[in-house]
Amino acid sequence: MTINYKNIGLFFLVACLILGTGFVQSWNTALFILNMGLVSAIMALGVNLQWGFAGLFNVGIMGFVALGGLAAVLISMPPTTEAWAAGGLRVILGLSLGAATVTAAILVQLRMAAGRARTLTTIAILIGGFFIYRAVFDGGVAAVEAVDAAGTGYLGGLNFGGASYKDWGFMTLISWPVGGLLAAGVAWLIGKTALGLRSDYLAIATLGISEIIIAVMKNEDWLSRGVKNVIGLPRPVPYEIELQESAGFIEHTTALGLDPVTSSSIVVKLGYAGLFSIVLVIVLILAQLALASPWGRMMRAIRDNEEAAEAMGKNVTARHLQIFILGSAICGVAGAMMTTLDSQLTPSSYQPLRFTFLVWVMVIVGGSGNNFGSVLGGFLIFFLWVQVEPMGAILMQILTSGMAEDNVLRLHLLDSVAHMRLLTMGLILILVLRFAPKGLIPEK
Amino acid sequence: MIDLLNALVVLSNYVLIPALAYGSQLALGALGVTLIYGILRFSNFAHGDTMAFGAMVTILVTWLFQGWGISLGPLPTALLAIPFGIAATAALLLTTDRLVYRFYRQQKAAPVILVIVSMGVMFVMNGLVRFIIGPNDQRFSDGERFIISAREFKKLTGLSEGLAFKTTQGITIVTAVIVVVALFWFLNRTRTGKSMRAFSDNEDLALLSGINPDRVVMVTWLIVAGLAATAGALYGLDKSFKPFIYLQLLLPIFAAAVVGGLGNPVGAIAGGFVIAFSEVLITYPLKKVLGYLLPDRLEPDTLVQLLSTDYKFAVSFTILIIVLLFRPTGLFKGKSV
Repeated sequence: MTINYKNIGLFFLVACLILGTGFVQSWNTALFILNMGLVSAIMALGVNLQWGFAGLFNVGIMGFVALGGLAAVLISMPPTTEAWAAGGLRVILGLSLGAATVTAAILVQLRMAAGRARTLTTIAILIGGFFIYRAVFDGGVAAVEAVDAAGTGYLGGLNFGGASYKDWGFMTLISWPVGGLLAAGVAWLIGKTALGLRSDYLAIATLGISEIIIAVMKNEDWLSRGVKNVIGLPRPVPYEIELQESAGFIEHTTALGLDPVTSSSIVVKLGYAGLFSIVLVIVLILAQLALASPWGRMMRAIRDNEEAAEAMGKNVTARHLQIFILGSAICGVAGAMMTTLDSQLTPSSYQPLRFTFLVWVMVIVGGSGNNFGSVLGGFLIFFLWVQVEPMGAILMQILTSGMAEDNVLRLHLLDSVAHMRLLTMGLILILVLRFAPKGLIPEK
Repeated sequence: MIDLLNALVVLSNYVLIPALAYGSQLALGALGVTLIYGILRFSNFAHGDTMAFGAMVTILVTWLFQGWGISLGPLPTALLAIPFGIAATAALLLTTDRLVYRFYRQQKAAPVILVIVSMGVMFVMNGLVRFIIGPNDQRFSDGERFIISAREFKKLTGLSEGLAFKTTQGITIVTAVIVVVALFWFLNRTRTGKSMRAFSDNEDLALLSGINPDRVVMVTWLIVAGLAATAGALYGLDKSFKPFIYLQLLLPIFAAAVVGGLGNPVGAIAGGFVIAFSEVLITYPLKKVLGYLLPDRLEPDTLVQLLSTDYKFAVSFTILIIVLLFRPTGLFKGKSV
């Protein structure tokens, strides 16, 4: 194995950028970029699995990330006992009836002979089932949402720590794999219906699914409190205030000549960085092993020539489904981690440009098909995403320095700096595709 | 009999007219997507933001005209500004093609690469629009608000239900009809239009018979600019202009184009109306309509709203999936890659 100095140099460069942020701006910002960079790198690995390994064009990443966030809430928040008593079972019953309706319709489609009878039965089952489902479900939802609407108004999660649920921070760690499982389950459903389609159609279908997932999270208050947001999730790391009150911590920081308040938040962020790094390393090792394995070779063979692979007896559809689920699950894990980092779930913050298309920029810029490339892309692009704004502000100050203080154009330009990042991301993507289509670290 | 008329009026007021206007906007958007797909052979993710750009230029010119005191009387000033929006969008699209897309066309790159490139273009256009006009809601409609208002309608007909027909809805529908007629006349009757269709049907054969591909591509972008800027401005006029709304319009527009059959202009129009009518009908509470139609005994006590309005994406998506599963080339025969 030869040492690739260029790649090491690239990682070194990104490390310098983040360290530079720490020295020039603040260590809090630097650690924020590091933590989100770790999460972004994991998302990029998931997308690279789908696109780089198998050539699947998924533009519904946002949906899987949001599902991970939902899992974080459903696992780590305490259950709302009154809401469960009021209508929890009725909601569950309603959902089961809905699922039963769809299952029955699919069974009819599969079992009955094609013809008018089958079509009519299917339609009858779907319409009848829909009204029964709504009748049961709506009542339950109304009852659940009526319980202390300002404080809870949702079913809550599975944290049985009682009043001291915040001490059960480890529940958030459990929610990470659960986020992956939830995303995998939904990916299975989508894959079953949409993976047989051509690449363009798969893209449009995944785009639609992700919008629907966000719409569900925004509107089903009983599940996720909707736009009222869930705040104050338990944390797997200590709280700043606890550190500031602990005598040992103050002693250590003052001995080092640091301010206890600043250093407490840095220590907390470092704690997250440690946990996230462990996940990233695990995912990266697994992805590398998969890439080098016969399975990885088969995937690339399918990507490069589907017909040939099929002729060799490979089950293309099944393999596509498999890798679609795996990639989506990784995005789900990353989504749960991100919600843990924020300690809150805000469904309205999920925007496709930020959570779907930005991850694509990471994968393409890093180098599709190369796991290290995705990791690099994740860090680099997230760094730029955060730093383009201050850099743009400085640029605009210089550009407009000749103008009068109250010049309309100058004020408008300075106001609009916040929108520079979208422009920059687009330019980076276009330039990389044109001049380095294989990305910074090309596939071997 | 009166009940029946009242039910019809309620249905027109809340479902038929809004859906007709929305369907016209979707149809214009889907026509752009489908033309790009037919001639340039990729799904253009930047189309929503192209519409936003056209609408933005229209708004800026409208404000300029309003400042100068130019107006169309009862009609919105924006109608005068749309040609400027189209011109600016055409310049933008031709520049983008020259700088970005042409390279991949000459390379004969895979369609999916062009889709990813269009994602980059989407970012740039989205940033550009937000940079120039900001991310907020902008209002630019003026002139008469209604062709006929609910009160006038009630007085005129003596029915208990009112029917409001907004000027913007009327303009949207009329403009869409004019644009579509002009487009089909162009595609079917002119030499350039015929060469475009030939190029879309079979590129190699078209090249052999001496059709200039650069010219076809240029004319396509010009038409797409006209369609996108018009659709964007009409949507902004009818609803309201917000840059991020146009990104969300991408899904129903794509759904309309696919449902009709990608690459088929007639299909795009049909698809637009199918999506619009299902979306509005399924998310509208039908209680009032049924209240007039059914005998008192059977009158529903719930709203009879099948889905909350927030799930309108789910409607276009479900139609899309059903069509793809049961009729993969769309209602009208489209092409397949």
